[in-house]
Amino acid sequence: MYAHPFSYHRAGSLLEASRLLQELGEEARLIAGGQSLIPLMKMRMARPSALVDINFISGLSDIRRSDGHLRFGALARHADIEASDAAASIPIVHDCAAGIADVQVRNQGTIGGSLAEADPSGDWGAVLLTLDTSVRCSRSSGERTIALDDFFKDAYTTVLVPDELVCEIIVKQPHAKSGGAYLAFKRSAPVYATASAAVQLTLGDNDTCKDVRIVLGCVGLMAIRAKEAEKLLRGKKLDEKRIESAVEAARAAAEPQDDMRGSADYKRVLIGALVKRAIGIATRRARGEQVEAGHEYVGR
Amino acid sequence: MSDVEKILVHVRVNGEPREALVEPRTLLVELLREHFNLTGTHIGCDTTYCGACTILLNGRTTKSCTVFAPMAEGGEIITVEGLSKNGELHPVQQAFAECHGLQCGFCTPGLLLSTVHLLSKTPKPTEKQIRKGIAGNTCRCTGYQNILKAVRTAAAEMEKS
Repeated sequence: MYAHPFSYHRAGSLLEASRLLQELGEEARLIAGGQSLIPLMKMRMARPSALVDINFISGLSDIRRSDGHLRFGALARHADIEASDAAASIPIVHDCAAGIADVQVRNQGTIGGSLAEADPSGDWGAVLLTLDTSVRCSRSSGERTIALDDFFKDAYTTVLVPDELVCEIIVKQPHAKSGGAYLAFKRSAPVYATASAAVQLTLGDNDTCKDVRIVLGCVGLMAIRAKEAEKLLRGKKLDEKRIESAVEAARAAAEPQDDMRGSADYKRVLIGALVKRAIGIATRRARGEQVEAGHEYVGR
Repeated sequence: MSDVEKILVHVRVNGEPREALVEPRTLLVELLREHFNLTGTHIGCDTTYCGACTILLNGRTTKSCTVFAPMAEGGEIITVEGLSKNGELHPVQQAFAECHGLQCGFCTPGLLLSTVHLLSKTPKPTEKQIRKGIAGNTCRCTGYQNILKAVRTAAAEMEKS
């Protein structure tokens, strides 16, 4: 399949990329890994007049740790994150990176592209909202750093202005007694999840929940923070009854729609099960246990 | 044909320097098949699902239907045509042949490259690692059992040598 014709521009630096976007106008798009944009262009659901390729900008794919923060360059590929020490130190990040689509897509797709696309089914948005994450963005007139909570505006919409691009994703290393888990249920490896749940939980004394964030993916126009569910657990002892009520609250926060991945009713049942299991795994990990989590599909 | 400016793309394919003047929307798989006549790389679903078009780009498996040709500028590409050396099948090809890891053969070039990539990173894969390693390649004939057997066999053979 052929995309609609476009002109191609290779940026050698962030500044050049921003200037090109400015010159080429609002119909121009950035391309990083291209694993979402290219299929959309081939199906003619996107038809940019010009592409600005940022893959040749050096130093934009580094993954490093400094002052209690992990810093992912916008072009860090999911596969690089999967293999990084940084991801190993935050299990929920590894859960996400290791299971996005399949090996080939993880080899190309980037964390910056995933956030900037703001697909409601994107994995990174849900996962990184459970952590203290900010997005460093750059344009020719300067830089700004935006908290991830303020970054997404709507489905496929962020606060980025047309000549602005994501250059780094900064994640604060969670507390030592904190554990997280990401569970994404999908029909097969290469597809988006039907529903997903991301939970990051910090334990206090006597198995109480000191703090928790619960985020639901694929069941709304954006990833949804289940704040009522969080409130039911925060400061409380993690017993079965409390967890059950938090699961109910999370289910109520979901806004799923019927689509080819499943009916809204089915997704509401699914999201409850995922949240419940993710709370369990996050708690066990917070206690220091090694537990597997991630994307799940038949035949894995 | 459109009136956008064509781009000269330079790549190395199976060790040989190649170039072509193409429309920017040319997909890497089309560059290989239509411009370089390397038709071993197949176009299956053309929607980033099936993995029939899998090649190695700079040592990483990539769905070549999901890369615009100019994005591969300067890249080192290995296709199925580059796997055998001096008329000898690559151990992974040999294992697929011996284990009957294919029926119609359409998905095979992609599966071969995914297996080569998997074994280069994980020489002794577990069953789970094999399944994860080839999850981006769809086969609609075999039911995968003989493919899994072929990957295990290739791993064992490559360990010997």
